[in-house]
Amino acid sequence: MTSEAAVRITGLVKRYGRTTAVDGLDLTVRRETVTAVLGPNGAGKTTTLETCEGYRRPDAGTVRVLGLDPMARGGGLRARIGVMPQHGGGYPGARAMELLRHAARLHAHPLPVPELAERLGLGSCGRTPYRRLSGGQRQRLALAMAVVGRPELVFLDEPTAGLDPQARRAVWGLVRQLRADGVTVVLTTHFMDEAEELADRVAIIDDGRLIAEGTPAGLCRGGGDSLRFAGRPGLDLAALRSALPLGSGVDEPTPGLYRVTGEVTPHLLATVTAWCAQHGVLPDRITTRRHTLEDVFLELTGKELRP
Amino acid sequence: MSPADPTPPPAGAPPLGPGTGTFAPRPGAAPLPRMIAAQTALETRLLLRHGEQLLLTVVIPALALLLFATVDILALPDAGSTAERTGFLAPGVLALAAFATAFTGQAIATGYERRYGVLKRLGATPLPRWGLLAGKTGAVLVTLALQSLLLIAIALALGWSPEPGGAPAALLLLLLGTTAFSALGLLMAGTLRAEATLAGANLVFVVLLLCGDVIVPLENFPGPVREVLGLLPLTALADGLRRVLQEGGSPPWGSLAVLAVWAVAATAAAARAFRWE
Repeated sequence: MTSEAAVRITGLVKRYGRTTAVDGLDLTVRRETVTAVLGPNGAGKTTTLETCEGYRRPDAGTVRVLGLDPMARGGGLRARIGVMPQHGGGYPGARAMELLRHAARLHAHPLPVPELAERLGLGSCGRTPYRRLSGGQRQRLALAMAVVGRPELVFLDEPTAGLDPQARRAVWGLVRQLRADGVTVVLTTHFMDEAEELADRVAIIDDGRLIAEGTPAGLCRGGGDSLRFAGRPGLDLAALRSALPLGSGVDEPTPGLYRVTGEVTPHLLATVTAWCAQHGVLPDRITTRRHTLEDVFLELTGKELRP
Repeated sequence: MSPADPTPPPAGAPPLGPGTGTFAPRPGAAPLPRMIAAQTALETRLLLRHGEQLLLTVVIPALALLLFATVDILALPDAGSTAERTGFLAPGVLALAAFATAFTGQAIATGYERRYGVLKRLGATPLPRWGLLAGKTGAVLVTLALQSLLLIAIALALGWSPEPGGAPAALLLLLLGTTAFSALGLLMAGTLRAEATLAGANLVFVVLLLCGDVIVPLENFPGPVREVLGLLPLTALADGLRRVLQEGGSPPWGSLAVLAVWAVAATAAAARAFRWE
């Protein structure tokens, strides 16, 4: 039971009229992990989530959530998952706490509502009607409503969009705690730092397909890392080159500025400074730059604006 | 993989701290009766709190009753006194109030709930869709009971003396009419844009207020028009209520048949055509 994947998507296709939103997507989410789904606008992230949540019927392929077909077994599944949609979903005239309490009443073993509200900073707006809540308050309320029923698996569609830094931290803290307590989390985000901070696995989607998947560190490894320093122009780099690990290289793109390419590790830095010490070179302005998830994302999905 | 959350929890917030296992999964739907009771309670509170809706469902019918009963504006046949006018108006106004709550109010509220994603959001909870509809129906029935009691109290104060024997038939008529109105309201809310529903539902309300045998007797319309108007559900309800409450005669089979056809047809159409998003 627990060895089974939380979500298993194979060959998912979903079309809206002549637009293909998801085009043969494969994705597996392991239990008790946080998976961040990244992708440009229109990549198919929300459609994929909504298919898992039982809102959309796949045109092709299969989707299994906690081993169940979200369309066929929607009723049994809905009690076990928590959903935070991207927009809205509150009765305009209902008060914030009224909505949260209502969501709690639909479940058998809900979390204590006052504590959860306090935790997400909803205490002060508890009596405010939904239509007068700020965007950030609505987001936090939606998150609270998604987790109040103590689900096994939660889908969070852009949980921190439009939040101030304090609220973002609070949401991050909650996601970490969900994971620590054994809840599987699938979230979408446009914030690369959020994915790096929170996710065990990152899935990058573009044009409705999975184009990269792995741990944040794994996706960032190698690629565009670099170490730079300034020194006397025209140093003999042969000894350094032979001391560097396989896959690394060094050159002097402009006189007096040196660039070491390859994965930046503590060992690489030590090798470079040891060589400098042996050759009486004082490395000036020595900087290391690791390849970030954002670099990887832009390399994979391009830099053009999406329509 | 990340270290513990560096942000300390807000002061005074007990519990839900890291490592407490608070969020440990323990999923499960509440028992069905509890879910439906919760949904009914929420829908009822929202309905009774909604000012514009109360205007439509209580204030306008009550004012129509008070105004047209006490002031002889309408040339009602054989109705010279306030009590006699009330005898004509009270059943029609009861029917109008039921129509305002079950059709107009429900169509507008549900149309906006659909537009704002409320219905979609509830679709991701353990509450089944029919449970949502049961909650809405419960809220309409509670409101209907309260508004009917208020209108009956006003009518009695104006000297109305209905036939007590007509009460069971009146209740049956009201329930059947409310079913038809609700289904028509949900059909509109589930197929049209929220703005179109708002405009359309209000327009229908005003037209039927005038042409639905509520304050203007059907006899005042020319023959062919009268035939058509008589087949509308509000007209059938008003006419049926008037017969059983004024004359206390046999059950008005014609009205019951018209309402039953509307109820079945509208429910079937709403079940087929309702879109949740």
